[in-house]
Amino acid sequence: MNSFTYTSATAVDAAVREKSTNSKAAFVAGGTNLLDLMKENVERPTRLIGLNKLSDLATIENNPEGGLRLGALATNADTAWHPEVEKRYPLLSQTILAGASPQLRNMATNGGNLMQRTRCYYFYDLATPCNKREPGSGCSALNGFNRIHAILGASEHCIATYPSDMAVALAALEATVRVSGPQGERTIAFADFHRLPGDHPEIDNTLETGELITALDLPAQGFEKNFTYLKLRDRTSYAFAVVSVAVGLELEGNVIKEARIALGGVAHKPWRVVAVEETLRGATATEDNFREAATALLRDAQGYGSNNFKIELAKRAVVRALKQATEMNQPLDANAFLNSNP
Amino acid sequence: MIQQPTNTAGGATSLPAPPSAGSVTLTINGVQRHMQLAPWTTLLDALREYADLTGTKKGCDHGQCGSCTVLVNGKRINSCLTLAVMQEGNEITTIEGLGQPESLSPLQQAFIDHDAFQCGYCTPGQICSAQGLLNEGRAHTEDEIRELMSGNICRCGAYVGILAAVKEVVDKQSEIVK
Repeated sequence: MNSFTYTSATAVDAAVREKSTNSKAAFVAGGTNLLDLMKENVERPTRLIGLNKLSDLATIENNPEGGLRLGALATNADTAWHPEVEKRYPLLSQTILAGASPQLRNMATNGGNLMQRTRCYYFYDLATPCNKREPGSGCSALNGFNRIHAILGASEHCIATYPSDMAVALAALEATVRVSGPQGERTIAFADFHRLPGDHPEIDNTLETGELITALDLPAQGFEKNFTYLKLRDRTSYAFAVVSVAVGLELEGNVIKEARIALGGVAHKPWRVVAVEETLRGATATEDNFREAATALLRDAQGYGSNNFKIELAKRAVVRALKQATEMNQPLDANAFLNSNP
Repeated sequence: MIQQPTNTAGGATSLPAPPSAGSVTLTINGVQRHMQLAPWTTLLDALREYADLTGTKKGCDHGQCGSCTVLVNGKRINSCLTLAVMQEGNEITTIEGLGQPESLSPLQQAFIDHDAFQCGYCTPGQICSAQGLLNEGRAHTEDEIRELMSGNICRCGAYVGILAAVKEVVDKQSEIVK
């Protein structure tokens, strides 16, 4: 690792002030992604601002909207196994448990999860061009090995995917990101938090300079009756998604009152198309209707060679996830994620 | 000797001098240890190189293999992906703190009884991870143990023995709870 100084923050406003006046400073919470990238020299901050002592940000409690507020510094494990999350947001619980390993989930925080960077091999490889790592240097994935890369929303400058599982559920649940910055506090709708690569793939999200995520707000609707997280990957555990689908359904008999569908592993952000979800509203929960929705969701998909297979895979995954959420015939115990990928 | 940062190698002159090592106090296996550490020293390196606790192993150094697993306040983590300075004030438990040759922990004994290793390199991490699994109380069936031990890799392929050893201790613990 390169040399840096370390300070442990004791207050949010002081941490924000320090970060906003030092462009070479970085926040560190769990450290699972940042320290790894620092070991690879991909990230080279000269100052780390440790957040672990800000215990006020590690709580999980009810919010005024009838939902749940997840502290940014609560760990992924504590969130997934929190009784209220398991009961009211089992989709989120399952999704978190489908990601990483037990050790990493004990370290990684909710805020840090949103800040993790792509696992594109070229982003990690300092010997190859990468517009995300070095703007203007080119994209090696475009004509290289791109099996894990995006099929939706990519640009000629970057076809990287955003790797988080948790964020796919947060997109489906329409969470809100609470941030604290030099200008005070503000909220960001989850759909607006991560951005598409466009001409600036080096920018992953819409945080302003110095802003710190303090919490995630979940709305009251948790889709706890009909939901699923279907994660397709190269091995059954401890692997990133090739394609994943988070589904939340509100059903009245066999009629869909509300549908949420978010895809992971296919774009620079969790992929949702609200217009497609609206076509399912009032429709019956049949495989034909699901297939129509899946086709519409993937209409603009584009493969880059090695990842062409993901387009058909994603369509079939959407149909299956919608069926699973309708039927709810998969086991619902704490380890139900085991059976999400037979 | 203090770990040197990579960017001062080769005598680059334009770079500022690295910050001097600072005093870090870690509580390891119930004992407070005062050390002089550079900020970029991982918990894993602090344990092995400064506290002389070499039971914790360095495998991939990227959080992928689990051989560096230790317990912090009873929860299992990858010690390679955290800085020593981030763990001040926490209770760190390594394989040396779980048992001693004359008084093995139930997991250590079960690993011997079930021949749950070949070369042994991943074993301290496997046992610390299994202890974290027991503390969590979430795994009961073999499938659940397999899933919740997936952060630890054994390249000798002793998984059958590892699973049997962990299952035995999980079963014994759930009998006690009953």
